[in-house]
Amino acid sequence: MNEPAAEQVREEVRAWLAEHWDPDLSLTEWRRRLVSSGWGCPTWPAEWFGKGFSEALGEVVQAEFRRAGAVGVASSGVRMLAAATLLEHGSEAQKAALLPRILTGEDTWCQLFSEPGSGSDLAGLTTRAQLDGDTWIVNGQKVWTTSAHHAQYGMLLARTDWDVPKHRGLSFFVLEIEQPGVEVRPLRQMNGHASFNEVFMTDARVPRDMLVGKQGGGWQVALTTLAHERRQADGMRNWGRAERGEGRVYRELREEQARVMEPYKWYPQRAGRVDLILPVARTSGRLADPVVRQEIGRALMLERASQWTARRARAARELGQPPGPEGSLGKLAASVVARAAARAHAAAAGPDALLAGPDAPAEGMVAEVLLSVPAISIAGGTDQIQRNIIAERVLGLPKEPRDDVDVPFRDVRRNPSSV
Amino acid sequence: MSQLGFSDEQRQFRDFVARFFREQSPVTRARESMSSEAGYDPELWRRLGGELGLTGVHVPEAYGGQGFGAVELGIVLEEMGRVVYCGPYFGSAVLATYALLEGATAAQQERWLPPLAAADIIGSLALAEPGGGWEAGIVQASARKSAGRWRLEGTKSYVLDGRTADLFIIAAREPGSAGPQAVSLFAVQAGAPGLEVEPLQTVDATRPLSRLRLSGVDAELLGEPGAAEPVLRRVLDRAAVALASEMVGGAQALLDSAVSYAKLRVQFGRLIGSFQAIKHKCADMLLAVELAKSAAYGAAEAAAREASVDELREAAALAKALGAEAFLQAAADTIQIHGGSGFTWENDTHLYFKRARGSEVLLGTPAAFRDRFVEYVSAREVAHE
Ligand SMILES: Cc1cc2nc3c(=O)[nH]c(=O)nc-3n(C[C@H](O)[C@H](O)[C@H](O)COP(=O)(O)OP(=O)(O)OC[C@H]3O[C@@H](n4cnc5c(N)ncnc54)[C@H](O)[C@@H]3O)c2cc1C
Repeated sequence: MNEPAAEQVREEVRAWLAEHWDPDLSLTEWRRRLVSSGWGCPTWPAEWFGKGFSEALGEVVQAEFRRAGAVGVASSGVRMLAAATLLEHGSEAQKAALLPRILTGEDTWCQLFSEPGSGSDLAGLTTRAQLDGDTWIVNGQKVWTTSAHHAQYGMLLARTDWDVPKHRGLSFFVLEIEQPGVEVRPLRQMNGHASFNEVFMTDARVPRDMLVGKQGGGWQVALTTLAHERRQADGMRNWGRAERGEGRVYRELREEQARVMEPYKWYPQRAGRVDLILPVARTSGRLADPVVRQEIGRALMLERASQWTARRARAARELGQPPGPEGSLGKLAASVVARAAARAHAAAAGPDALLAGPDAPAEGMVAEVLLSVPAISIAGGTDQIQRNIIAERVLGLPKEPRDDVDVPFRDVRRNPSSV
Repeated sequence: MSQLGFSDEQRQFRDFVARFFREQSPVTRARESMSSEAGYDPELWRRLGGELGLTGVHVPEAYGGQGFGAVELGIVLEEMGRVVYCGPYFGSAVLATYALLEGATAAQQERWLPPLAAADIIGSLALAEPGGGWEAGIVQASARKSAGRWRLEGTKSYVLDGRTADLFIIAAREPGSAGPQAVSLFAVQAGAPGLEVEPLQTVDATRPLSRLRLSGVDAELLGEPGAAEPVLRRVLDRAAVALASEMVGGAQALLDSAVSYAKLRVQFGRLIGSFQAIKHKCADMLLAVELAKSAAYGAAEAAAREASVDELREAAALAKALGAEAFLQAAADTIQIHGGSGFTWENDTHLYFKRARGSEVLLGTPAAFRDRFVEYVSAREVAHE
């Protein structure tokens, strides 16, 4: 397929925005226009709410949106993981029914993968789904489920066959959260916030046509979700961007953010807030301390190099060159940066690192960094799992010998708590 | 601005250079050279100049070079680093050549750059003195002008390729002066009366160093008097970027070696590469190497596009510090992954380890560059406020 030139696309977006962008529309109305025109997700396939553009052209479109101050589709949270998974594995009917409301922000999604007995070893999960007529009946428990407390749908991975090896007995479903069989209980985190939950499913119901992919093919579907999650490194990146601007769209966007953002206010802090390190050190007067400077230097350097590494990956893609290893390292790099940043913050704050809240440096942000950074090396696959993946897939090192993969799941050793 | 991507031409150039060094200068060649009488391989050196033009890759065509920039120079050094190339390239083609490019008059450039670019002569920059330091401020050696001639007195140390150099570029100051402003650069030819070259024993035998004793050596002023400080900054920033490129090449070679050994060696009935203690070390090594590469490539781009002095200084500090850390850590880990054989003379890893040890200190330590990086980033932030 021949791609249009950047200049041509730029003119097209501009013309379209000039005609259609209207800050006095309702947020949903405006986003419906984005969905039906394809301008909201230009890198998606043309037949599914996109334009089939390359990433480079996608950037051109985004730049024009920024220039016009036009609001984009909803893209925060795990909704984009759900969208990417559905785009690749969903049925036509699922895509048609679910994707538009993801993009308008009418539906929020969560990822019902981890369970008390299986996190890293996701394929060892024991939530059970059984077909009863035209309905799947689901029983089990999920945990650490981000956003479940305000989500309409969950990507649910459940076991449908116990007599085959663990990876082959899983199926992937779309679960409606607002139903009697699903109970969501918020969990308080070590930093005091509550963005993740426990989810209990007791005879929860999933219509038959909400199976994604094949029965028993859930692992392949989940791999797509996980691959996108690794690449994104932080699925919540867009939360909390306060949009300025006058008009109904902006007002509703701000309301949407105030309403749903509260539990995720700490997300930027878990990445280390490298941007705050120098201001904190200047305020505390410790910037001249050579020991503190070394810690700061480490954090600033790692952050800069990991930004440049991401740019290298992008440059290679844009030049149509084969991807190098630099593209697979983002998540582990983010952990390394965050830990270095936490050390630098503690050094820069000095004794004020004892304090939290309004009395503490940067209105409590330093304390929140220190207490939030541990999440980044766990959520979305731990650092250890990332290292395994990098070592095996990128460097080609041999897998560990395992005795849990080639036997019926029934016979595999499990945590005592998991049925 | 290419933004950390290599053009197809640059990729082809890399393939060509990599292949040349892999075939013509494998690590066995470095071993031979480092224990030879000359300390390098003169025939290979001449090929780098005449046949391949690599010694002048970044020298303008008007002076017999190839007219490319810092990115191509970085490519050459990265591929040299992979094979621990043992020869005067870094001292001559990088340090001395940049010193002439940045600090000499047009007439002096016309005289010295063509033979340097062609590898007909070897150049050497003599800046540091006993106690170290790679900046104009540390210079104590003096230059006295009498009867229209300059005479140099003092001691220079850590001078690359001192024993084999034909041309020395020496930093010296006005007698009795202090501070970096009174420092100038001078040219002295090997064998000049009053110039004594004492080879030093080095940890890294592939990078020979010397001490120079200057007793009334007759010297030619390069460029303007008292102008060395800004010249040396530009030279040393570009050299730090080049050295960073060499280091990431070495680090990549170590990673390759560690990974391939981990796929061969069996203990406890399994390949050691299946143990997580080994696997995770390799994954961390890859991350450090890729971050260091990004820093080196970004800094080379900054040098190539003639970024502002401050921007280049910041990027060079980043590249040198991360390159040194990645290289040294990779060398230590690669020895560990090789076990006892990693500690033998026969195994090549120690050549890289020693190169890493030396490169860490040369031009300044990672701690010094971290400090400088903070200084520049912070100054920029404050200026933007
Ligand atoms: C902030 C946050 C948000 C989250 N959001 C979600 C969500 O929305 N949806 C969801 O499904 N899950 C979510 N999770 C859960 C997360 O994916 C899991 O916590 C994670 O995958 C680890 O699983 P676990 O907690 O069971 O730890 P375990 O898997 O039990 O691991 C315990 C320790 O053992 C190590 N380990 C385990 N296996 C190996 C191995 N093979 N090799 C080496 N070391 C190993 C781990 O690295 C870890 O250090 C979230 C977690 C956090 C912290």
